[in-house]
Amino acid sequence: MIDAAPDGAYDAWLDSIEDDAPYYLECENGHGWLPPRRICPECRSRDLTEEPLPDSGEVTTHTTITVPTPQFEDDAPYVTAVVDFGPVSITGIVRGIDPEDVAIGTVVGLEVGERVTTGDRAVVFRPR
Amino acid sequence: MSNPRVAGAGVTKFGKHPERTGRDLFAEAGLEALDQSGVDPDDVDALFYGNFMGELAEHQGHQGPLMAEAIGLDVPATRFEAACASAGATVRAAVKDLRNGEADVIVVGGAERMTNIGTAAATDALAIAADDLYEVRAGMTFPGAYALMARSYFEAYGGSREDLAHIAVKNHEHALVNDHAQIQKEITVEDALEAPTIASPLGLYDSCPITDGAAAAVLTSEAYAEDHGLDAPVAVSGTGQGGDNLALQDRDHFAQTPAADKAAREAYADAGVSAADVDVAEVHDCFTIAEVLAIESLGLYERGEGITAATDGETSRHGDLPVNLSGGLKAKGHPVGATGVAQLATIAWVLDGSHPRADAVEDGRVGVCHNAGGTVASTTVHVLEVAE
Ligand SMILES: [Zn+2]
Repeated sequence: MIDAAPDGAYDAWLDSIEDDAPYYLECENGHGWLPPRRICPECRSRDLTEEPLPDSGEVTTHTTITVPTPQFEDDAPYVTAVVDFGPVSITGIVRGIDPEDVAIGTVVGLEVGERVTTGDRAVVFRPR
Repeated sequence: MSNPRVAGAGVTKFGKHPERTGRDLFAEAGLEALDQSGVDPDDVDALFYGNFMGELAEHQGHQGPLMAEAIGLDVPATRFEAACASAGATVRAAVKDLRNGEADVIVVGGAERMTNIGTAAATDALAIAADDLYEVRAGMTFPGAYALMARSYFEAYGGSREDLAHIAVKNHEHALVNDHAQIQKEITVEDALEAPTIASPLGLYDSCPITDGAAAAVLTSEAYAEDHGLDAPVAVSGTGQGGDNLALQDRDHFAQTPAADKAAREAYADAGVSAADVDVAEVHDCFTIAEVLAIESLGLYERGEGITAATDGETSRHGDLPVNLSGGLKAKGHPVGATGVAQLATIAWVLDGSHPRADAVEDGRVGVCHNAGGTVASTTVHVLEVAE
């Protein structure tokens, strides 16, 4: 990994999760996205505002990864899932539940955790 | 509209060649294509070259001119990068230039060197075709992404790991006589189901191997082929390309590949054919589920019905619509930047009767190539037809 400056709007978004005030970006037509975005790719609106992200979401799809990249070597096996929060979906790692028990529809909340392998911040979901 | 001809094609043996440089691999394929084409190398106008992970695998950027040099050409040479669809993008660019009179002869192709860096680093390099901030940092791997799509597909339409296993079994059987193929070994459904899991629900046999290799083709304008009396009976009659959000999380659903839908519609319209006219297809089966998504996007199957095509034998070499007679990426191998042109070579050889599995499609007239990048955020589709 390249040791470099923080990734601006993305790191600020992780900060917002840690501060218990996570947000997403919404255009005037109600399309939701995650930062950084300057334009809604759906309707080309440039009027994007920060809106509070719902407290919990539902697992849309998930996989237990046993062959990871080197940055996740010591994390494996782990569950990567896409979670539908309504206005946006977010990809992250599911913790606090046996991988076998993760299912489509499982309700989870959002937090920031650490990657075991590198100590870097990671989006983590936990059952609610 | 005039349709460019495939004058020659060359493909290296796909497999593990950790000691062979990208330039050596591409030189073998490119020279074979030039030799086979009967084209005077002085007539070549450009090289369009596909490669995905050259910086990571070989510490080599700017590969276009390097590869032109490697096959003895002093022409403008540009690298195309569209993840696993890089070579498909070279074909599309060449078809446009040949049609509009910008060029008479273009060499297309690509190469990838992957096994020299080992499985972990190759997994890492492949993963960066996904969204770094929102997918790679959430532990997503390339197999992981397709696993997410497979689970969504099962949820939306049904199907089972056993259906996926039948796809792997079929493609392995097809590859048995393809000497370019990385894996020439028959497997059973049980072998596939019992193999270790990589990313549930996908196992080792749902996945293409990590591959070194290169492919090249010489494409000429129709007029050039006629003026020079080339033996080039197969034409590229349709080209299409589609795009999608890079990250899966930003798409409406994960059990369809709209970029491929768009590419297929465009390519069929361009060629003036429909899915019903297709006799044979080479599709991007980097994972077994990808073949299902591909044949549905190509309109060869209705949504939700592609999953049982292999189980029912319809897409085998004995079936009505053979898919991946080469063995597909699954058994032939997937040197990422070369794949799209290796598919083109296969279809050209099947249609001109020179492919070892050509007897599966006797009197075949129309073939289609589907080359997908990443989780299908890029796709090219090309229609090939027997022109004479
Ligand atoms: Zn919008």
